[in-house]
Amino acid sequence: MALDPTASAHSRLGRIRWTTIVLFLLPALALYALFLLYPIVQSIRYSLYDWNGFGPLQEFVGLDNFRDVFADERFRSALTHNLIIVVLSLVLQLPAALALALLLNSKIKGRAAMRTIFFAPYVLSEVVTGVVWRQILRPNGLLDQSLEGVGLGGWTQGWLSDPDVVLYSIFFIVSWKYFGFHMILMLAGLQQIPEELLEAAQIDGATAWEQFRYVKLPLLMPTVRVSLFLSVIGALQLFDMVWVTTKGGPIGASSTMSTYLYDRFRDSRFGFASAVSIVIFGLSLVVALFYQRFALRRDLEGAGPGA
Amino acid sequence: MPEQDRELARYRRRRRMTRIGLYVVALVTMAVIVVPLVFSVLGGFRSSQQLSADPVGLPNPWIWENYEMLLRSGDFWRQVWNSTLIAMLTTLVVIPAASMAAFVLARYEFRGRELVYGLFTIGLLFPVAVAILPLFIVLRQVGLLSNPLGVALPQAAFALPISIVIMRPFFRAIPQSLQDAARIDGCGPLRFYWHVMLPLSRPVLSTIAVITIVGSWNAFLLPLLVLIDPDQHTLPIGVNNVSAQFSTDYSVVLAYTTLSMIPALLFYALAERQIIGGLTSGAVKE
Repeated sequence: MALDPTASAHSRLGRIRWTTIVLFLLPALALYALFLLYPIVQSIRYSLYDWNGFGPLQEFVGLDNFRDVFADERFRSALTHNLIIVVLSLVLQLPAALALALLLNSKIKGRAAMRTIFFAPYVLSEVVTGVVWRQILRPNGLLDQSLEGVGLGGWTQGWLSDPDVVLYSIFFIVSWKYFGFHMILMLAGLQQIPEELLEAAQIDGATAWEQFRYVKLPLLMPTVRVSLFLSVIGALQLFDMVWVTTKGGPIGASSTMSTYLYDRFRDSRFGFASAVSIVIFGLSLVVALFYQRFALRRDLEGAGPGA
Repeated sequence: MPEQDRELARYRRRRRMTRIGLYVVALVTMAVIVVPLVFSVLGGFRSSQQLSADPVGLPNPWIWENYEMLLRSGDFWRQVWNSTLIAMLTTLVVIPAASMAAFVLARYEFRGRELVYGLFTIGLLFPVAVAILPLFIVLRQVGLLSNPLGVALPQAAFALPISIVIMRPFFRAIPQSLQDAARIDGCGPLRFYWHVMLPLSRPVLSTIAVITIVGSWNAFLLPLLVLIDPDQHTLPIGVNNVSAQFSTDYSVVLAYTTLSMIPALLFYALAERQIIGGLTSGAVKE
């Protein structure tokens, strides 16, 4: 066998192949390892210590940080706020995005312009969006004065200063920026539904609702699930918008896990803050695995428009 | 016959009502999107007193000083340049790194391929805000604080997952026969990547570039922590600073916010197709 010339040619080819693979992967892997994987690993390490960010890691505390995170009332309320945003996104933002996608998929006039406008907030930064809305929602600002102008003065609120209201205001602002993104996803999904299917349904006398319920929605499910997944992950990790508008206040009423994390970071509780970041990452991972297990596989097997 | 006519008329009326309803929904949504933007633009043309007294109508009189002052101050232009520089650096790192990795992950069978791909997708779950603390420590260790590269390189790393996820199916779709033909002609993998793959992939490359530029342009937390020197500040930091510094001078804040929106909206107007096309292909295909 050793004398077989094709075998040595084969192994030479194999070597070239592996060299190619390694060389092509190297830049991305190096970058990724240094700035993403290494920090994740370090987070896990720091989370096991009581550490203020300076000096060596000495006080090993095991999983105490994690216990303390979950024991902290402020973390639990931050987590609750994230979950409220998750739920609101699923029951309000996504259906609204779907409705508007259906609208833009119909033969309405000016839909190209509408698509452009609805999506525009997505390209604006969180900071710009937050600052503009803070101006609109401040006491006696544009919203309050407009309400008074049309005789609804009683509806004015401390939109960003009332602890009972602030979280909903932030949810609204986040939706303002992101609904266009979900709308575009669903619009793309709708446009992949074969025209013949809908024509067939029409010929069979299906009403608009029946066409939606029994033809469009089932075929759109893969896209809806992608949208759902991204929306949940985004809501769990919400940071910039909250930071720019309220910094989590007043009195923690709009805090999220990420703003809680950042506050601990600024208190120099690095070990503890790392534990928080691992918790956020862990929750996201659970959602992702759940998605992969139950949705992605089905979507890839089925012949839906998203597969 | 008249029975049928009446039926038809009722049907037409109902359709007309539905259509009117649709237009109303569309117009209301449009107003919700556009009003804040117009408010910001006009707000910059008011004095702060006008803004407090009557934020609703047109400015009276129109005040040009806010925009003029900001455009003359130099801060705005410096921040535009800093944002542009960092966005370009980030993109110039992401495009080659991601496309090379996606090329191999799409077109070569090898052991551990899905593992490497899976490793890259994990990054989707780890946003900068969550990793900021150890990342900051790494940047301090390698001496990249107060350096545009200290923002661009991590941003590139965090942009890799979505870029690879979008590129891989695109690279896969290019027929294998092309690669075989190239190999028979003595074209190695590097030349195939460079002379065949990249030119054929221009749409997906421009999509990645556009997404990366938008992400970098809007980034807040990382530049805030890394770029300590005010001369290095980017636009989002500038807007945040101005809104803190002029916390009672609302019209200046709105003028600055408006100015910083313009480049992003211009870019969107030029690259709308890539932005929307890229986001949908990425999320729908994978």
